[in-house]
Amino acid sequence: MKTASRLERVFDEGHFAVTTECGPPRGSNAEVIRKKGELLRGSVDAINVTDNQTSVVRMASIAACVMLKEMGLEPIVQMVTRDRNRISLQSDILGAAGLGLNAILCLSGDHQTFGDDPEAKNVFDIDSIQLIQLIKMMRDEGKFPSGKEIEGPPKLFIGAACNPFAEPFAIRPIRLAKKVDAGVQFIQTQCIYNLDRFEKFMDEVRKMGLHEQVKILAGVTPLKSAGMAKFMKKNVAGMDVPDDVIKRMADTPKEEQAAKGIEICVESIKRLRKIEGIAGAHIMAIEWEKMVPVIAEKAGLLPRPDISVPEA
Amino acid sequence: MIMGEQKPLEVILGMLAPYDKIVLAGCHGCVTVCRAGGAKEVEILASSLRLARESEGRPLEIKEVTLERQCDPEYLAPMRPYLEDYQAVLSIACGAGIQFVAEKYASTVVLPGLDTTFIGVTEKQGLWVERCQACGNCVLHLTGGICPVARCSKSLFNGPCGGTTTDGRCEVDKEIPCGWMMIIERLRSLNQLENYRKNLPMKSWKTSRDGGPRRIAREDLME
Repeated sequence: MKTASRLERVFDEGHFAVTTECGPPRGSNAEVIRKKGELLRGSVDAINVTDNQTSVVRMASIAACVMLKEMGLEPIVQMVTRDRNRISLQSDILGAAGLGLNAILCLSGDHQTFGDDPEAKNVFDIDSIQLIQLIKMMRDEGKFPSGKEIEGPPKLFIGAACNPFAEPFAIRPIRLAKKVDAGVQFIQTQCIYNLDRFEKFMDEVRKMGLHEQVKILAGVTPLKSAGMAKFMKKNVAGMDVPDDVIKRMADTPKEEQAAKGIEICVESIKRLRKIEGIAGAHIMAIEWEKMVPVIAEKAGLLPRPDISVPEA
Repeated sequence: MIMGEQKPLEVILGMLAPYDKIVLAGCHGCVTVCRAGGAKEVEILASSLRLARESEGRPLEIKEVTLERQCDPEYLAPMRPYLEDYQAVLSIACGAGIQFVAEKYASTVVLPGLDTTFIGVTEKQGLWVERCQACGNCVLHLTGGICPVARCSKSLFNGPCGGTTTDGRCEVDKEIPCGWMMIIERLRSLNQLENYRKNLPMKSWKTSRDGGPRRIAREDLME
């Protein structure tokens, strides 16, 4: 089933896609999200809005997505299974589609102990793969898991994440295959700094033929400083920042490190784009959205295709 | 076994503040094995409480008793003759035992001296670790004998998430081995990795606590 997702159309027309993400505000001020949206206009095909990432409370992803949609931008709802049981998830899936949102990224979500409310109950009624299955069932079969018919099934382009670097490394392609089996249509990967290792991952992905069944967007995050590179290597599980990347950052004078980070990011995108099976780039410039147009420009990703998406 | 941990002494003293004559009841079941609520712990806790209360100038009279099991009516009966002479029972059994004492002696104040923590095993002396969440629908035959509900911090059925560290720990706590890493290693060594390749469907949590307090009725055993 085709959806009204701009991202789906970009893939269908054979373009190399560009997505990014933005975090909603830690407050109710819609201007924050609108400003971010304005910075990103014209540089990307779609914008993920995170769902209480790192378990820190923020404005609801669906609400912030609607704000971007009203600006004529194409949002992707991120939906985690940490905070909502299947009743609430189904309800939000219908709500998102009803509000004219066209794509959902299915995630389990960071564990609540990392955030501001470590005493919260963790839900995890279902996991990210089961969320993919759930949306696919609702959309394609027009049924709830209960078996009851849906009046107006949600037409959503289904995405998920993939971390090629987390242990156990050997099963990461198999886990991607599980997501493909579940019905995922696009994948945005964890930030890639170790390109050699990512290429090996993609070798496996191609051997399994997965790249022909799902659109894979390679994730990149520009480093702001050598300190950030070291922090990520040391403190973020499943993040592989090779020593030579850290060295390149550390060997650069402090005031030029941000520019070096952009340079490395642009180089990465150019190399990733050449890998068979990579259908796009997912630029995660964490609280640095203004650099996304710069990166897209330098990486030769502009202008973005002018896609007119018919109403679903 | 069911694991428990004694509440901090100050907390117990706080609960006992209104009383000067109590029964301290241990249990010879699980909490004896995990060294939290057996006869020995009754003895130690009783002396600590007496000492603390003496230093406050408000002595506490304690009758020490350790029942065979607090979760079985027949073993609760021996308390009946003397219970009226005391103002409260401080139980250091698991939550089930504590509640059963309260239930069987409806007019007695029953206080918890223990926090019931989990169903676990003795990994080595002095180290107990959770293994089961009593979800009521075991899938260990599919997961190499390692439980995704109890051993994965997110109870994922199709893990692992991206939060496994390079040395195979869970990002939530380096003391927690990644449950899914263990499942996969185990399936691999059993030559059952095809179990992992299949997606496990949404679980019914109805058999877990989510379906409400549970019961097992065996008519063949009822009189």
